[in-house]
Amino acid sequence: MKARAFNYVKASTVVEALKAFEDAQDDASYIAGGQSLVPTLALRLQAPQLLIDIAHIPVLRGVDLQGDWLRIGALTRHHEVLTDPLIRQHAPLYSEAAPHVAHPAIRNKGTLGGSISHADPASEFPAMTLALGAELEIASRDGVRRVPADDFFLDLFQTAIEPGELLVAIHVPVVRPGHRWAFHELARRRGDFALVGCGILAEFVDDVVKQVRIAFFSVGSTPLRARQAEEALIGKKLDQAVIAAAQAVVGDDLDPPEDEHTPPAMKRHLARVLLGRLLGEIARQGA
Amino acid sequence: MSVLTPLDRPNSYIGRSVPRPNAKRLLAGRGRYVTDITLPRMLHVAYVRSPYAHARIVSIDATTAREMPGVRLVATGEDLAKLCAPWIGTMDHFKGMKSPPQLPLPIDKVVWSGQAVVAVVADTRALAEDAAEAVYIEFDELPAVVDIDAARAPDAPVISPELGSNLCFHGKIDTGGVEDVFAGAAHVVEEEFHFGRHTAVTMEPRAIIADYDASEGQLTVHHATQTPYQFQDIYARHYGLPESRVRVIAPDIGGSFGMKLHMYHEDMAVVGLSMMLGRPVKYVADRIESFVSDIHARDHRVRARMAADAEGNILAMDVEDVTGIGAFSAYPRTSVVEGNQVYRLMGAPYTFRNYRADLQVVFQNKVQMSQYRAVGHPVACTVTERLVDMIADKTAQDVFDIRSRNLIPDDAYPCTSPTGYQFEALSHHACLAKLKAMMDYDRLRAEQAELRTKGIHRGIGIATFVEITNPGPAFYGVGGARISSQDGAIIKITPSGDVHCSISVTELGQGTETIIGQIVAEHLGVDSNRIKVMTGDTDTTPHGGATYACRGAGIGGETALQAAKKLKANVLAVAAAILQDEPEKLDIHSGWIVDVATAQQRIELSEIARIAYFRSDTLPPGTQAQLSVAHHYAPQGYPFAFTNGVQACHLELDVETGLVKILKLWVVEDCGRVINPLLVDEQIRGGVVQGLGAAFFEECVYGDSGQLTNGSLADYLVPMAVEMPDIEIGHVETPTLDTQLGAKGVGEAGTAAASAAALNAMNDAMKPFGRTVAQVPMTPARILKALGHI
Repeated sequence: MKARAFNYVKASTVVEALKAFEDAQDDASYIAGGQSLVPTLALRLQAPQLLIDIAHIPVLRGVDLQGDWLRIGALTRHHEVLTDPLIRQHAPLYSEAAPHVAHPAIRNKGTLGGSISHADPASEFPAMTLALGAELEIASRDGVRRVPADDFFLDLFQTAIEPGELLVAIHVPVVRPGHRWAFHELARRRGDFALVGCGILAEFVDDVVKQVRIAFFSVGSTPLRARQAEEALIGKKLDQAVIAAAQAVVGDDLDPPEDEHTPPAMKRHLARVLLGRLLGEIARQGA
Repeated sequence: MSVLTPLDRPNSYIGRSVPRPNAKRLLAGRGRYVTDITLPRMLHVAYVRSPYAHARIVSIDATTAREMPGVRLVATGEDLAKLCAPWIGTMDHFKGMKSPPQLPLPIDKVVWSGQAVVAVVADTRALAEDAAEAVYIEFDELPAVVDIDAARAPDAPVISPELGSNLCFHGKIDTGGVEDVFAGAAHVVEEEFHFGRHTAVTMEPRAIIADYDASEGQLTVHHATQTPYQFQDIYARHYGLPESRVRVIAPDIGGSFGMKLHMYHEDMAVVGLSMMLGRPVKYVADRIESFVSDIHARDHRVRARMAADAEGNILAMDVEDVTGIGAFSAYPRTSVVEGNQVYRLMGAPYTFRNYRADLQVVFQNKVQMSQYRAVGHPVACTVTERLVDMIADKTAQDVFDIRSRNLIPDDAYPCTSPTGYQFEALSHHACLAKLKAMMDYDRLRAEQAELRTKGIHRGIGIATFVEITNPGPAFYGVGGARISSQDGAIIKITPSGDVHCSISVTELGQGTETIIGQIVAEHLGVDSNRIKVMTGDTDTTPHGGATYACRGAGIGGETALQAAKKLKANVLAVAAAILQDEPEKLDIHSGWIVDVATAQQRIELSEIARIAYFRSDTLPPGTQAQLSVAHHYAPQGYPFAFTNGVQACHLELDVETGLVKILKLWVVEDCGRVINPLLVDEQIRGGVVQGLGAAFFEECVYGDSGQLTNGSLADYLVPMAVEMPDIEIGHVETPTLDTQLGAKGVGEAGTAAASAAALNAMNDAMKPFGRTVAQVPMTPARILKALGHI
């Protein structure tokens, strides 16, 4: 299929992009890597009058350490996420998830900001944004605001970004000594959307879990924190009984939709298996 | 001292791994696919498709669409029916078979979701799609027949009421004695198997440009197909055009696998649209359209049982296959061939004589199911080989031993299968022994046992198979289908001594042109780089069967061989006249006429050509040099050249997640004379990958209302490189004596048994848990279910 005809404008600043959107009376889409948008245009699932190309706005690029926070520009390509040493050091769950995000050709074009604002519940990066406890910097005609990841993912493909607003950067609190993390996903083919995936960031003091963020993807209409499983770990040493306790409750944390290919019972089963394996890995990291 | 091999003979091209001459061109982006072709005044068509699996067409309103920018024509089923005679996909030798007439576009009802209903022709595809959105069709939805049992229920809606039922064909085979054998057998095993629908997913989708020139009454069709002659015949007869005024050109083809040899409604419509407009019209299926309109494959439920004596000697098989083919049988090859090969290939490698089978081919509201690579083979192979493993379990025998015990001995040929297939010479035992050594079977078993104690579950499965290749006229011709089993070649020597061969077998990316070049080079006696092979144009090549059912090498190759020999005799006759020698004393080596006895060079072929074309005055009176020959060859010996082989699959099952890592696959195959080992091995590897796709990934899933629920490459999983194992290949060569070349087909061998080996390996991996699977694809959900986790 061919996309419907649309107009195209290349923005060179955030303000220019926001104004173009406003001028189009909201019948517009921002385009950066286009890896999710272009297929929907080709399938005529979306047909905006105007595409605003934000891929050449300098302020949306770059990775900088700013005190205890790592600022990752929204235009950072998946390939850059995979290879950037600052991300590897300070926001490692993104680096660990990156090889599982699609394939090299897509990673060369797709952007972190695009993935997070698209908010596909089966995507790795939105869930890792949750796991890392990142904050999302969003620009509008009224200025800039920061939204914590926990308040960002609202529903299927819906985020705190209002129409016309633009995700500018992702701010990640840097990992510190005492942090342990693990990522894995179960997929039928490498690079596919996972059957179930999970990233965990945990802070340990003397082998006891002080804080933990467990974020699943592909198990609901948004990436999900496994709050009950987290509760089961706080204040505990990660032994087999504690891991089993977390596994016992994690099914209730998830909300997988009916799907004849991967029924909810299967997703919950896989999530339990995955959680057990990841917590086992984190436990071994302390050994 | 040097050691000579058969490859050290003069002109030795057969048996060498000659790379494909066209590969470089395709890699350089210089391929010319239908999509690359732009003709002057060319228009583009988009189709409005049915959202319903079964519905009456109440009305069509295209008023708005006709006024849209760039729109040249909006055509309906009624418009095209005025030009195109309907077609019926039946063949006479399937007794009692029935199928409704088909038209390019439907007139009063739709019978599957995604069926094209209205054609919109415009200056660009995008404009055609814009206008297609403005076509309003009112449907009256009817109950859809989706499930194969529902289709045969007494109160089922009948998709084509004029046929009386949803049964397309009912076949039975019975050698007699089956009930008695089962009653008295020491062991009986039985299983119900399910084989999902899948589809070809060629890299190049279907594509066609029809160009009708009313001034000459000439129709030229650029068509991504493997069978241009068949379509020349079809377009001429159904549009009432003289065959001489219909030219079908198949340019570069990006994969076909059987999918591009069926008549598709959109393609037939394009011809009519071009005739209505007097302009070229192009249609290229997009991927979404491919999923809902390309043929699907398989779709069988098989209930089967096998009887054996106390020692595990197989005594009998009893099989019931029900297969769903969509709302009609495909044209012109019919959709019964798949089921027919399923129930005739069951048990084919084995010695037992008592066999009974029942085949029901049913209509349903889905896209058509028809021939795809290894037609019927994987189904017959999987059922047979799983049952053989179950007998092995019952009698506590190793999977190699049970097969050694039951396979037809290598010295027992010629013989026939219980279903009447005639085997000239197969090599099951030689292949089995070679496989066992290649895979280091005993070590793998020891490793498996050790790993099981550590919670790692690996499975080893093997599957023997028989493949149908080189079909004679018994395949299609006797059934009344105008599909040739012969091929033709024209070979000519140019004035410079180069060679031009045009031949009716076609190139789909598999290397046909390469092997034809090798055969001509060897049997004419010239360097292969001086040979150009042309295929795929009905105006410039002789009529032939083209490429299907693994016939390119065996039949096309023999055609080329005989044509090359004929031309060589002509060349030697002229050479003898010039040299004042006897033709029998001369030969051609690498473009030189030589003495047979001494191999001494006498005169160069280019010199013969120069004299023949430019100085015929110097030839002895009465000498007329014939440096072009035309030659046809049709198989006349065995009805088919059967091949055989055995595959093994080694996999690791994650018993908690149901995910599988395919560790390795081995194939030992006997395709007779191997012309080009490189191409043969890659044919097998490609086939194996498609077989593993069917085993683990590929399935067209339909919802209850007949909607395809995974019709995109995001949801329909094709096998990809990361998941594919190394595939190690060995050969046993038993040339057919029916031809001078001795080659049989090989294109379907990989697909024939890979899913069977995989299923057996999976069941082997599950053995410690006492669980089994009998359904492909083996998805994680099905495996977890089998293991009792969900």
